[in-house]
Amino acid sequence: MADLLERRPTARAKEVTRRRRWGRPGTWIAAAVFGFFFVNLAGVVGVPLADSFGTRWFTTWLPEGWTTKWYGAAWREFSLGQVFWTTALVSVLVVAVSVLIGVPAAYALARRSFPGKKLVLLLFLLPILVPPLTYGIPLATVLYKFHLAGTLTGVVLANLVPSVPFVVLTMTPFIEQIDPRIEAAARMCGARTGSVLLRVLTPLLVPGILAASVLVLVRTVGMFELTFLTAGPDSQTLVVALYYAVFSAGIRTQQSIDAMAVMYTLSMLVLLVIALRFVNPTQLVTRVKEEHTHP
Amino acid sequence: MSPSGSSPGSTSSFGSLCCERVSRSFGRQRALHELDLEIRGGEFVALLGPSGCGKSTALNCLAGLLPLTGGAILLDGERIDRLAPERRGFGMVFQNYALFPHMTVRGNVAFGLKMARVPKARARERTDRALELVHLTAHAHKRPGQLSGGQQQRVAIARAVVLEPRLVLMDEPLSNLDAALRLEMRTEIRRLHQRLGLTTVYVTHDQEEALSLADRLVVLRDGRTQQIGTPEEVYARPANRYVAGFMGYRNMLDVTVTGPGPTPALTLAGSRITGTDRDGVPVGERATAAVRPEDLEVVPDGTPHPGGTLPATVEVVEYHGRELAVQARLSDGQALHLRTRERLAPDDEVRVAAPPERVLVFGPDDAGDADDAGEDARGDSATYAGKRPKAVSA
Amino acid sequence: MDRTLLLAAPGVAFLLLLFCYPFGYGLGLSFQPKDGGGALANYRRFFDDPYLRETIWITLKLAVPAALVNCLAAVPVAFRTRGPFRGRRLITTLLVMPITLGTVLTAQGLLGYLGPNGWLNKALRGIGLIDQPLELVHNYWGVLASLIITGFPFAYLLTLSYLTGIDPSLEQAAATLGARRAQRFRYVLLPLLAPGLAITFCLSFVLAFAVFPSAQLVGDPRGETHVISIEAYQAAFQKFDYALGSAIAMVMAAVMLAVVLLVLGWRSLLYRGATGGKG
Repeated sequence: MADLLERRPTARAKEVTRRRRWGRPGTWIAAAVFGFFFVNLAGVVGVPLADSFGTRWFTTWLPEGWTTKWYGAAWREFSLGQVFWTTALVSVLVVAVSVLIGVPAAYALARRSFPGKKLVLLLFLLPILVPPLTYGIPLATVLYKFHLAGTLTGVVLANLVPSVPFVVLTMTPFIEQIDPRIEAAARMCGARTGSVLLRVLTPLLVPGILAASVLVLVRTVGMFELTFLTAGPDSQTLVVALYYAVFSAGIRTQQSIDAMAVMYTLSMLVLLVIALRFVNPTQLVTRVKEEHTHP
Repeated sequence: MSPSGSSPGSTSSFGSLCCERVSRSFGRQRALHELDLEIRGGEFVALLGPSGCGKSTALNCLAGLLPLTGGAILLDGERIDRLAPERRGFGMVFQNYALFPHMTVRGNVAFGLKMARVPKARARERTDRALELVHLTAHAHKRPGQLSGGQQQRVAIARAVVLEPRLVLMDEPLSNLDAALRLEMRTEIRRLHQRLGLTTVYVTHDQEEALSLADRLVVLRDGRTQQIGTPEEVYARPANRYVAGFMGYRNMLDVTVTGPGPTPALTLAGSRITGTDRDGVPVGERATAAVRPEDLEVVPDGTPHPGGTLPATVEVVEYHGRELAVQARLSDGQALHLRTRERLAPDDEVRVAAPPERVLVFGPDDAGDADDAGEDARGDSATYAGKRPKAVSA
Repeated sequence: MDRTLLLAAPGVAFLLLLFCYPFGYGLGLSFQPKDGGGALANYRRFFDDPYLRETIWITLKLAVPAALVNCLAAVPVAFRTRGPFRGRRLITTLLVMPITLGTVLTAQGLLGYLGPNGWLNKALRGIGLIDQPLELVHNYWGVLASLIITGFPFAYLLTLSYLTGIDPSLEQAAATLGARRAQRFRYVLLPLLAPGLAITFCLSFVLAFAVFPSAQLVGDPRGETHVISIEAYQAAFQKFDYALGSAIAMVMAAVMLAVVLLVLGWRSLLYRGATGGKG
C-alpha cells in the first residue's frame, strides 16, 4: 500500500505508454520509413519550390536571391488563365455527369440482385483497375475517328470513363448501409416514388455524393494520361499544359515551369485537404471491399 | 476437474487477486474510479451495471489490454498490473468472441497451447478434451464463419479455458445471442464453472444473468463501485436507490418520513405506511421508498395490514399468464407498478399494501436523482409505446 | 421488368460505349496492320524487334520493384498510424501528399534534388560518404524513385484500409492467449492482411507498369527506361500507326493481366473470408 501511495499514478501510466510506444521494433522500422520518406519528399518538393522563387540558381545550396516574378511570367507565358478555366470546366462537368449517371446505377446495384450482376460489377471495376494508358490509346483512336478528340467534349468523355465507375463503387456500399426499411416506411406514410427520392433518399445520400464528388474532382484534376491523349491545344487541363511546357522547354526558363508546377501542386493540395475533411483517407483509393473503421 | 486433469489449486489457481484503487481515465473522463475488490480463488464474480458504467474498462484493466491510470492489481501479493496481457496467463471471452477467422475451430482452441509451446501430442489431447467439454468435437475442422452464434460462443469459451488460466474474464459473452440460447448458454457457463472451478470475472448489464451466475456481484455506476455483495445481499438489501432501481425495485415513491426508528412511519399520498430505513433519514424529511412490483399486494377493503394500505386506481392491465402486471395511480398522481393474481380491470379502485421489510427507505441520492426519475418516466412511456401496436395485432 | 434496374442502364450503356467498344475496336485494329502482312504482323513486328521486345522486360524491371518497395514500406507505416494518436491527421495528410505533386513537379524535384549538384549529392559529399556525385537521374534510378514517391500513398492507403478492417479484438484475444507481439503479427495479423496485400501489390504494380511521363522526364527514354507505354504512345500518336499502337497497348494489358493473375492465383490459396470488422 505504501509503495502504491509513493508512485503517482499519472507518472506510472506515462511510463507504461512510453515503453509501449518506443520499445517495439515495428516502431523503429516505421520511424525509419517515415524519416526516409519525409526527408526525400521535402527535398523533391523543396527544390522546385525554392527554384520558383529564386533569381538564379546554379551549384549553390540555395538560389542567389529571391523573387516572385516567375509566377507572373508563367501565368502570361503559358496563358494559365485559360488553362485554369479549362481545368475547372472539365472537372465540374466530369463531376456532374458522373454523379448523374453513377448514383442511380449505384442505387440499382445496391438494392437489387439480378442475374449477371457480377458481370456488371466487373464492368464497373475494370476501368479503375486497368491503367488509363492501356484503354486510353484505343479510346483516343475511337474519339479521333468521331472527330471528338481535341475538343472539350472529348476530354470530358474520356475522363468520365474512370469517373463513372468510381462514383458507382464508392456510392454502392454507402447506399447499402442505408436501411431499405426507411424507404418502405416513407411509402407506408404515403410518399410517392418522387417524394421518396427527393425528401427521403437525397438528404441521406448527400454526404456520400459530396465525398464521391470531391474524390472525382481530385482524380480528374490530376488525371494526366487520358487528358493528354485526347486534348487539343484549347482543351488542355493544367497537368497536360505542364507536361507540354516541360517538353517544349527549349526557350522557357526552368523557373517559370517550376512556378507553374508549384501552382498545380497548391491547387491539388487545397483539393486534397478539402477531400480529407469530407472523407476517410482510405477512400481516396478505390475500395475493393467495404471498409470498417474502429475507434 | 480441469481439462488436463491437474487438480485445481496447483498451477492454475491462486489465493487472492486484489484490485487496489484501480482507476482508469480517458483524458479527463474517469471511466473507472478507485475500484477495490478482492477475488478469492475459484470465485465467480460478476461486474454489473448499465453500458458506460466502467465494467468493461475494469475487465480490460484486469486483462492488461488497458493500462491503469491509478491503483494496482496484486495476485497473491505480487503486482501484475504492469505485465503485458500475454504474460498474465488469464483467459478472456470477448463480447464478439474474437475468433480467428482464418483458423479452424481446432486451430482456435489450440492457439494458446501453441504459443505456450506445449508438446504437440499433449496439446492435441488437451484441445480434444476442451472441445469435448463444449460439445464441439464434431465441428473441430470447421471455420468459425461456418458456425452458429451459440457454437462460436462455445469455441470462444473452449479457447479461453483450454490453458487452464488462473482467471477467466468474460465480457458480456451472451449479449449477441437470442433469448432462448442465452438461457441455455448461461446454464452451460455455470456448469463449466462448477466443473472446472476456474476463477471467473463476468461482465454483464443483465441483473438476472448476474444474479443467477455469480457468487458475488459488483454493481458499478459511472465508474464508481455502488455495492459489492452476494446475490442475496444485493437483491434483498441494495445499498442505495440506484442499486435498488437496477435490481428491479421499479416503484420509487416520494414519501415523507413521519416516524423514527429502523422501521419508520411514512406518509405517501395522504396514507400512512411503514418501511425499513436504509439511509438513516431523519423524521420530517422527504425520502424515496423503493418497492418491487411483486412485493405489492392487493388487499380486500377494510382488512388491516401491518404496513398500512394505499388506495389506488387501476389504469393499465397487462396479462402475463399466471398474473397481471398492473399500473395504478395514487391519489397524488404517482404511478404504482404491481403484480397480482386478482382479476382487475382499468378504473377499479383497489387498496394496496406491502410488508414493511420490503419497503426500503432511501435518502435523497447525491447524484443523478432527477436523471433516474426522468429515466423511469421514459422507460414507462417506451413500454407503452411498444405495447400498443402489439395489442392491436393480437 | 424491375424498373429500378433501369437506373443502372445509363451507366452500363456509357461504359459499353466508351470502354468496351474502344477496347474491342483497338483489339480488332491491332489485327489490321497499316502496312499489311497478315493479322499478326503488328505483334510479330513487336516481338521480332529486340528494341521493342525489350520494353516489356524494362517495364517489369521498374514496376515489380516499385510495387514491392511500396507494399513493404506501407505495412509498418500503416501499422504505426492505424490507431488514434495526436497529430494523426497531419501525418496521414503528409503521407498522402505526393498524390498532389503530379509527375512534373516530382520530375523537376527529382532532377534538382538527385541531380549531380542537387541537395542529396551535396549532402553526401559534405559528410564524406562519396567523392563523385551519384548518378541518380536520367536513368533507371530516377524513374524508380518517381514511381515510389507517387505510388506509395496508394499502397499506404490501401494497406491502412485493409488493416483497419481487421477486428482489433482478434489481436487482443491472441494476447490473452499468450502470443507475444511478433507472434500476434505472424499468426494473426499477417494471415488476415495477406490477401489485402496481394491486392495492394496488384494495384501498385498496374499503376507502375503504365509508367509514362516520369520515364520521359526523369528517365532515359531511349535506353534504360524505354518503357512499353512510350512505345505505344509514339506508335499511335507520333507515327500515327494506330494499329501498332493498339497492338502494343494489348500486349501491355496482357502482361499486366498475367502478373495480376499470378498474384491472385497465389492469393486464392490464402484465407479470404471476413476479417472481423464490426459485428
